[in-house]
Amino acid sequence: MNDEALSTIFINACLINNFVLAYFLGICPFLGISNRIETAARMGAATSFVLVVSSLCAYGVHHLLEAIGAPFLQLTAYIAVIASTVQLVEMFIKKVSPALFRALGIFLPLITTNCAVLALALFQTNRGYGLVQCLVFALGAGAGFTLALVLMAGLRERLELAELPGILRGTALALVIAGLLSITFMGFAGLSG
Amino acid sequence: MNEAAERDAPSPTDEFVKGLWRENPVFVTVLGMCPTLAVSNTARNALAMGLATTFVLALSGAAISAVRRFVPPQVRIATYIVIIASFVTAVEYAIQALSLDLHKALGAFIALIVVNCQILGRAEAFASKNGVVVSMLDGLGTGAGFTLALACLGTVREILGSGTLFGVELFGAGFQPWVLLVLPSGGFFTLAAWLILFNYFKTRPARRAEPEAAR
Repeated sequence: MNDEALSTIFINACLINNFVLAYFLGICPFLGISNRIETAARMGAATSFVLVVSSLCAYGVHHLLEAIGAPFLQLTAYIAVIASTVQLVEMFIKKVSPALFRALGIFLPLITTNCAVLALALFQTNRGYGLVQCLVFALGAGAGFTLALVLMAGLRERLELAELPGILRGTALALVIAGLLSITFMGFAGLSG
Repeated sequence: MNEAAERDAPSPTDEFVKGLWRENPVFVTVLGMCPTLAVSNTARNALAMGLATTFVLALSGAAISAVRRFVPPQVRIATYIVIIASFVTAVEYAIQALSLDLHKALGAFIALIVVNCQILGRAEAFASKNGVVVSMLDGLGTGAGFTLALACLGTVREILGSGTLFGVELFGAGFQPWVLLVLPSGGFFTLAAWLILFNYFKTRPARRAEPEAAR
């Protein structure tokens, strides 16, 4: 059992060890869907929701697998849980808010292969977090992911108007910006005290 | 006539080579970024990660291709994921048994091979439509391309970031390591530098042709 304070867990997951900029998790949506601030924010919100739900499910599954003594099934079980969570979220949003469903489009099912979701489940198991700690960890990771995505989208919106040499356009430039953001986030390391 | 027919049906070697260069998973299609950036801080980690991914790519390609006729299309993605997850679990236990150090260095990223989008991408785009042997070759080729890209990143980051290569000291005591490159941001910068280099070579013929056309 881990006795880290809840605030430490949140700040750690959100800023100091930001999932995108320090652990390189969820780079695909980070590079792919960061052209517009609006879409980036929606994507961040949907991913945060999936993070929270799948984190709680993974907590349950971990204890179930412990009980039946089959830890080697962990990876397969987690990925199955995540895939079904995403499916459930998809159906839920479709029912409750068709407008949001249309806005998210293809991004929604793609959350399944967002490595941040699986990594969150694996990290919380490795660190032995309790139920509340898991919840806070997932919220922090989701907030950090959304923050990184929105920052990136804002920078890229501005850069669209800039004059650039041809070889820099596209992924290369996005990676340079990501590197600079990552350096900026290193400044938060002082927060861990 | 004959040539056209040959071009229509690419040879097995072609399936292997295309992943290495023309459709290189990292530099051209930009898939599987997360492990690429995260574990390429030393050449050894990069190589190990590349080999593990190649193993999973080749075997899951073969397995998925073998069951492609029995899987209903509605549940194919779930089936692929479960197949891939099984091979990844095998790899994880194998690495843990062979080298505990390596297992610690790679950490959660071994398990995260499951969600490497290029594996699912190859399964969906290639293995679900082609024969077992060709799919395996395709997986091996893509894996080799991935390993090559990781090695490119890993060697640059290790040489400049800590002055070593595979743990062997390269420079004298006077060498000031460029620590930034071993840190997360270095991964982004190194990959960006490689991409810019490739873009430069790719656009060079066009740029050379331009002044002539203007004349």
